[in-house]
Amino acid sequence: MIRFIAKRLGSGLVVLFVVSALTFFLLYISSGSIARNILGDQATAEQVAMKEHELGLDQPLPVRYFAWVGDALTGNLGASWFTSEPVANSLATRIPVTMTMVFAAMILIAICAALIGVAAAVKRGWVDRAVQVGAILGDSIPGFVIGVILVTILAIQLGIFPATSTISPDSGAEAWVYSMTLPVIALLLNGVTGGAQQIRSAVIKQLERDYVRTLRSRGIGEGEILFKHVLRSAAPAGLTVLSLQLIGMLGGVVIIEQIFALPGMGPLAVAATGQSDLPVVMGVVMYTVVVVIVVNLLVDILNGWLNPKVRVS
Amino acid sequence: MSTTENAPLLTVDKLIVEYPSKRFRAKPFRALTDINITIGQGETLGLVGESGSGKTTLGRAVLGLAPVTGGKIIFEGNDISNATRKQRRTLSRDLQVVFQDPYTSLNPALEIGDILAEPLGVQGMEKTAAKKRVKELLDQVGLPSDAIHRLPREFSGGQRQRVAIARALALSPKLIVCDEPVSALDLTTQARVLDLFLQIQNDTGVSYLFVSHDLDVVRHISHRVAVMYHGEIVEQGPADVVTRDPEHPYTQRLLLASPVPDPDRQEKRRADRHRLLEIQRQQTEQAGALA
Amino acid sequence: MSDSVETAAAAAAPVPPAPTGQSGTVVRSTVLRRLFRNPLGLIAMAILTTITLLAALAPVIAPFQENFANIAKTLAAPDAVNILGTDSAGRDVWSRLLYGGQLTLLSAVLCAAVAIAIGLPSGLIAGYYAGKFEAVSNWMVSILMSLPGLIVLLTIRAAFGPSVWISMIAFGILISPSYFRLTRSAVQSVRNELYVDAARVSGLSDRSIIARHIFSVVRAPIIIQTAAIAGVAIAIQSGLEFLGLGDPAKATWGVMLSEGFKNVYLTPTLLFWPAFAMALTIGALVLLGNAIRDALEDADKIKHRRKKMHDAEHAASASAAKAARKTLAAVEAGTEHHLVKVTNLGVGYPQADGSIKKVVDDVSFHVDRGEILGIVGESGSGKSQTAFSILGLLPDTARIVGGAIQFDGNYTVAPGDEKVNQDRLSKLRGKRISYIPQEPMSNLDPAFTIGYQLVTPMVRVLGISKAEATKRAMKLLSDVGIVNPERTFKAYPHEVSGGMAQRVLIAGAISCEPDLIIADEPTTALDVTVQADVLELIRDLQRSLGVGVILVTHNFGVVADLCDRVAVMQNGRLVEDGPVRDILRNPKQKYTQTLLASMLEGKTPMTMLVSSEKEPVA
Repeated sequence: MIRFIAKRLGSGLVVLFVVSALTFFLLYISSGSIARNILGDQATAEQVAMKEHELGLDQPLPVRYFAWVGDALTGNLGASWFTSEPVANSLATRIPVTMTMVFAAMILIAICAALIGVAAAVKRGWVDRAVQVGAILGDSIPGFVIGVILVTILAIQLGIFPATSTISPDSGAEAWVYSMTLPVIALLLNGVTGGAQQIRSAVIKQLERDYVRTLRSRGIGEGEILFKHVLRSAAPAGLTVLSLQLIGMLGGVVIIEQIFALPGMGPLAVAATGQSDLPVVMGVVMYTVVVVIVVNLLVDILNGWLNPKVRVS
Repeated sequence: MSTTENAPLLTVDKLIVEYPSKRFRAKPFRALTDINITIGQGETLGLVGESGSGKTTLGRAVLGLAPVTGGKIIFEGNDISNATRKQRRTLSRDLQVVFQDPYTSLNPALEIGDILAEPLGVQGMEKTAAKKRVKELLDQVGLPSDAIHRLPREFSGGQRQRVAIARALALSPKLIVCDEPVSALDLTTQARVLDLFLQIQNDTGVSYLFVSHDLDVVRHISHRVAVMYHGEIVEQGPADVVTRDPEHPYTQRLLLASPVPDPDRQEKRRADRHRLLEIQRQQTEQAGALA
Repeated sequence: MSDSVETAAAAAAPVPPAPTGQSGTVVRSTVLRRLFRNPLGLIAMAILTTITLLAALAPVIAPFQENFANIAKTLAAPDAVNILGTDSAGRDVWSRLLYGGQLTLLSAVLCAAVAIAIGLPSGLIAGYYAGKFEAVSNWMVSILMSLPGLIVLLTIRAAFGPSVWISMIAFGILISPSYFRLTRSAVQSVRNELYVDAARVSGLSDRSIIARHIFSVVRAPIIIQTAAIAGVAIAIQSGLEFLGLGDPAKATWGVMLSEGFKNVYLTPTLLFWPAFAMALTIGALVLLGNAIRDALEDADKIKHRRKKMHDAEHAASASAAKAARKTLAAVEAGTEHHLVKVTNLGVGYPQADGSIKKVVDDVSFHVDRGEILGIVGESGSGKSQTAFSILGLLPDTARIVGGAIQFDGNYTVAPGDEKVNQDRLSKLRGKRISYIPQEPMSNLDPAFTIGYQLVTPMVRVLGISKAEATKRAMKLLSDVGIVNPERTFKAYPHEVSGGMAQRVLIAGAISCEPDLIIADEPTTALDVTVQADVLELIRDLQRSLGVGVILVTHNFGVVADLCDRVAVMQNGRLVEDGPVRDILRNPKQKYTQTLLASMLEGKTPMTMLVSSEKEPVA
């Protein structure tokens, strides 16, 4: 097991390296006129050259990249070219906002999708049909459109929730939860409908397996068969679905934060990519990849625990 | 029986088949060791053994579907152990196959006519001639000619196996490798399909390499029988000798393991089997004591 | 938007098994016809066609240029000139919606095209040839799939500027794994199919094999997947535009949505139209994908229906027996002593057209204590269905259409019951009636140890402690001839051989000391030598425990070895039954005679078995 985790972490590091190099290279291509953009049109050629030297733009790509890697390894992710704010600081203030939302949404998705999916698989009938219709609706309406609709109806028309959620955690837990409700709902709806549908089919597939019939023939109750055997076998499929949803959500939350004007990673990412602010973009990309690697590792470990065949090999 | 004394049609000489292991630098898995068989014209060689004994692999090696790591497969005087796809195309006129599962051996999306015409098309036969040949083939295997435009799923297992046999016969081959062709069939269907195999051999003089796990089937259809165990041939000879009075301990066990459809004779067979197992146990003990 | 991106890909990825081989030229016409008969599919196609036409004809039908602004008339309500009103810059909403549709649809097509161009060939190659190419592609796929789409697109935009086309190409690359995985697993599922081997033996080139046998399998799933991907592409492209990261000179639904959102306090309707257009288009794509899938699955069902028709015929002939059955009221006196008595049992499955397909029809027999009854028949004879109705483990859709089953003097299925009474049976199952299945491996839960699967039923059914159950399980394992019970107890099912797994299942069946064991082809999946050992085991256990056994099999040798009495079944009906010697030596019915004549034992080799001359058809 430890070897397995080490192997996964190792391949994660390789991915991190490849993605960072690729991103750096892509941004390098476009950073030709960056000094001019920062200084504005009035700046002289010398000032631009000075700025380029200051940012290290006059050095060749490999030198710059490995300088960045060296700094990053010591925890120094550089500073924004435009605001001069250290990237590590921006991330530290913004990641909690985004991650709270993402994890709240994921936990709710896992619970709701599992409950609804299992109910649909076991009860069939109207629950099942509702899940099917819900899945089609969820697939049809992009999450950010749901967000926009929610704001328009619940916040602006009815005034039940605040339309923007600029409230910081310091202003009291209640206000914080209140302001976070709509964005989290906007994030999770698609996940619940899609997840329920897939957990439903995974459970149905397991219920049709031979060993379920044999367990019944041994006098084991339906509840025990469902919760101990079937759910355990269906769980890997569900976990994979959830991990893919979480990866997607890291992107989706960017738009949601924009809609609700939340001070999370979204606005930072949008602004930085709009200006080709290399250090900040690198910071955003690294954060995303690290989250993904950690989540995938956790999923692999859980799957290994659930499936003895994986555990042995 | 009808074994000819000429040069054999197929000779397998010291054949070794190994599958590369999935693990890095691990030893390859040896599926077949030192296999020697021959099949004459118009002859049936029955190949019997339990699952994992390598009998199917041997059939596949002859067909070019398994990697030959050592030894030779000689068909009509030519070494075909590493034939290219192009050579195979020529070879396919004389060497054909019927697989076990009639459900997966026919492409479910193709009409019967197209399935039967495939080997003809590969050989460059033109459409009208191919169509005529397909009709002949359907007649030969006892299927109605309107089957041409139907899909495999419209047929029962036995009928599908007839289609598979017709496909193998399309180019009038000299040897057909039959890989458990009746194992997936019901008892009555199995009997009819076995009849068909015998009928075809009578009519065309084709040879069979007939692979089966069922000693009764092999006894019924073969001139000679080879017994496989753990990737090796442990015994081969005339069918009635090998299947009634075997020498090798494994064949002896196999023979007595298969139950007969009469309670009293089966009771006797059971007793014989117990006696055999006891004798063999003592022999291994003695061998162990000597070693 | 990207949370739906990867999940949609994942949702579509496991599709291949269902439509395997259902997509050839012949089937396609019927699939298409079925698609047209599906109202939802028709509506979806109509919507998509309309939207495509409107977008394509935008330059002709749009009353204004996409960026024509009438500054005097901003945020206007709909009127005769601007049928959907104007936006904050005084631009015509209807015109912009049409032009936006153009860009949106084209970008979706571009994205899907790029994804197919990369994913399909690489999936075909990886699936067909496997090896290093597959390993490398799998690695790249796992990287691509762990990148959040929107973040990557933001980065791409930072590098290449705000071009819709570049971001859609990038997104196409990013989402190509969904096609790759779909294609690869579909190809893998057919690569080792025997018909591909047969084509190889015929000397078909790899290219012909892929084109003829393999591409046809992936075609339908690819179409379904493309519908989903196009929807996702529209969503993510609109998301980018919504963030204001698109080309400002172009009208798109995303830009319009963002524009509407900025003016949400003034004119909320501005939001509605682009959102509606988006949901309508994506929804139509999703519905179309579903309709195609349904059409393919219907094609699969056809064959069953055909068989069912056939069965319905002889169902009619049984109506006379049914009438007689109605008169049967209570447990017949004097039959209480039978361990099991099945009386005029009928089992059927309701069909879509309201008829009932009978699989068991008017079957009666009984089993006494300590007796072994063999039920023999070919596939489709209803022998397993009969056995499962005694166990009460028929599929949910099955109905008891007639007759009764009594166990130890009490009804488990009383006359007139539609379903097996689970209240009555759940008290018996595992405790007094137990089951030995056919396929040893698939009947053990791979996630639990063999020990756990033996101990739990004893704890639940007998109410004994775990420690005691463990002790009993060890003894059972050695009773069924397992040499090292401790090791097997701790093992997982995949760590033991098929023969050993079957011994474990037999141990499970006798663990709670039942009165009746139902064994469904218990040796069919085993090698002949292992079969002989397992038959031996069943005989010894039956003798020592004195249980009644119902042995379902197709093998007369197995019957002769074990059974006291035999019942022969064909097409759901009982042909004849009686003591084993009578049936095997002097069968009265023609069918039994044919079955026995088909046996090879004792026949002269190389002679015709059933057909005298050239007599068709199997």
